[in-house]
Amino acid sequence: MNFEFSDEQNMLREQAGAFLRDNCSMSVVRNILTSDEPFDRGLWQKIVEMGWTATAIPEQYGGLGLSYLELCVIAEELGRVVAPVPFSSSVYLATEAVLVYGSEEQKGKWLPMLAEGSVIGCFATAEQAGHAASNKTGCSVGANGLSGTKIAVVDGDLADFAIVTASEGDSVSQYLVDLNGSGVERQTVDTIDPSRSHANLVFSGADATLLGNAGAGWDQVAVIHDRAAVLFAWEQVGGSKTALDMAKDYAMERYAFGRPIAGYQAIKHKLANIYVKTTLAESNSYYGAWALSTNAPELPLAAATARVAGIQAYHFATAENIQTHGGMGFTWEFDCQFLYRRAKLLAMTIGGELTWQKKLVAALRTAA
Amino acid sequence: MDFNDTAAEAEFRAEVSTWLEANVPAEKEFAGMTPLERAKFWQKRKYDAGWACLRWPKEFGGRDASVVEQVIFNEEEAKHDVEPAVFAIGHGMCGPTMIAWATDEQNRRYMPKIASGEEVWCQLFSEPAGGSDLAALRTSAVRDGDDWIVNGQKIWTSGAQHSDYGILVVRTDPTVPKHQGLSYFFLDMKSPGVEVKPIKQISGDAGFNEVYFTDVRIPDAQRLGAVGQGWQVALTTLMNERASIGGGGSGRGIVNCTRLVELFEKVNLDGSAAIEDGAVQAKLADWYVKEAGLKFVGYRSMSAMSRGDVPGPENSIGKLVAAPMRQEMSTFALDLLEGAGAIWDKELSEAAGLYQMGYMAAPGGRIAGGTDEIMANIIAERVLGLPQDVRLDKGIPFTEVPTSASS
Repeated sequence: MNFEFSDEQNMLREQAGAFLRDNCSMSVVRNILTSDEPFDRGLWQKIVEMGWTATAIPEQYGGLGLSYLELCVIAEELGRVVAPVPFSSSVYLATEAVLVYGSEEQKGKWLPMLAEGSVIGCFATAEQAGHAASNKTGCSVGANGLSGTKIAVVDGDLADFAIVTASEGDSVSQYLVDLNGSGVERQTVDTIDPSRSHANLVFSGADATLLGNAGAGWDQVAVIHDRAAVLFAWEQVGGSKTALDMAKDYAMERYAFGRPIAGYQAIKHKLANIYVKTTLAESNSYYGAWALSTNAPELPLAAATARVAGIQAYHFATAENIQTHGGMGFTWEFDCQFLYRRAKLLAMTIGGELTWQKKLVAALRTAA
Repeated sequence: MDFNDTAAEAEFRAEVSTWLEANVPAEKEFAGMTPLERAKFWQKRKYDAGWACLRWPKEFGGRDASVVEQVIFNEEEAKHDVEPAVFAIGHGMCGPTMIAWATDEQNRRYMPKIASGEEVWCQLFSEPAGGSDLAALRTSAVRDGDDWIVNGQKIWTSGAQHSDYGILVVRTDPTVPKHQGLSYFFLDMKSPGVEVKPIKQISGDAGFNEVYFTDVRIPDAQRLGAVGQGWQVALTTLMNERASIGGGGSGRGIVNCTRLVELFEKVNLDGSAAIEDGAVQAKLADWYVKEAGLKFVGYRSMSAMSRGDVPGPENSIGKLVAAPMRQEMSTFALDLLEGAGAIWDKELSEAAGLYQMGYMAAPGGRIAGGTDEIMANIIAERVLGLPQDVRLDKGIPFTEVPTSASS
């Protein structure tokens, strides 16, 4: 047994971290948050040039053919800097969906473009409040193509294509939809995290090609979500670490009653608790990374465990980071807000805490 | 990263498993034995076959095995109901401290008998006035020729009632600041002047003791480290305590997620199995996140140790997370059992009283071996590098340190 990343993977982590510290400071996040730009195009271009979008795509489709462990390393570093780029939508969700369920033709067409970053993909499931798979699917595919509305699609306003769940007759399938084609209207919506762009997608007779098996839409979504959950968890771990660093730095600097507030047990124990939750999330994510990279049968349990831990750690870390900062923590001027916003965004995307707690227990019962 | 056994590890696991299958005593072999006799019987059998204290050098009774091999052995042994807690202190803390600080001659004399279970050891650290503030201990040792004469009282000594030897920290110089005036010894628990009194706990158990010392003579040859170096030697012991106490908890004798799944599948809530209930699922998932997280923290720490790293303060997370979690789990299990949960009787209670015992033992778990609060302090100070608490006893002679509201 060896429960560590390899030297090469750790070197990648150092390179990625150094690059992002230089190119994605909190002021970069602030720029996107406060402007109409949907994402940082310059940063995205550099990310593409470094090949990160090609990481886990096999070489035969123009990718680097590296393992998911490398992708986990990149995810953690992107999470650390709250990167305002469509990496998760395009890489963890759209690319994975095409990789796992695409026909040879679909893979041959889309994967090379995803790898080289000339297209960006997104993943559209929700149509109303609540867990998408439990709700009725209103989007439908008929003789005239795809019609209906998907809401709050992350990166929906900037992506080139979307993986859409829609019904055809009684069954729900996944479809690949070119968002630059006709019959697609994108309505940008305001969200709690404007450093990541969202849109409602209104389809009226859009061209849609089946992805994967007819009628297997929600099963496929579940599989892709399990895979993406591990990568999201690594972003959440990275973000939690940044929140802990931020809280610690502030607590060491801020004096009250004649000494740094970091010396008071109320603050020390708060930060220790952030460390504990972050460490549990990180260790569970190690197992998730292993399960994802080896296609282990334990992936559903490993993914759900990493996901629940990631949601809880990131929320706790960012809320307590603000608390540690006192009044300044909830001002627009301070950077705490970026982490707090992103923590909640990542917690809702691909299903919330309760959904994943239930999945975890279901997987645990299967394993018992 | 590879979560599976390597070929060599798999081969080792198979060897262990085969040996355990053939050698774990059947219940009738244990007939008529007390729990201590059972534990010694099993330990001796392991020792004779070279399966005791695997990581210790062979000449001291071990096997020169790697960390990973030790973990594999523990995992396989945990599948049988024979884990003897009575040796945890001797094997986990006293032995490693002796190996680090005693002479080879001493180790050749004492270690094989610790390993074989023939001699049981205990750890005499905590005192009525030295708990979380361990270095405030007051038991004194005064030099007399080739001996030291010890007077004072220890408390919370696990297993002292059946121990043959103990490791002991005492104050040899009260005129210097508290950490500098300590020295470290091992002693024969049968020495004249040693008196052991069990402490009955709310769980009904009496695993801990008070140990009184009245003019107890310890030869200077049994001192570990220099006079005044006791705190550094104690840190070796405490470092090993962290590595051995931790998360653990895969056995059937403790409250864990596996046992809770069994319970929740069985107990009815609103007409179906409790595990179908969303609130029950949310709690179970949260505990599983902690239990699995600690398991993987352990694996990471093991990977680091197999590279030669020493277990560091980050291992404090195990006890800080597991102890309160066990209290929550037991509390919730009893709630779910409702009226029947009140019955505490091996024959009548669900899971033979596991949850009642878990509930009553949990408060001790949160205190023994470092309280939740001390563990959080260790993480804050030693892992995160935050400032120490204000210490009014720093740098002043121990004799001048205030010790009570009236002093």
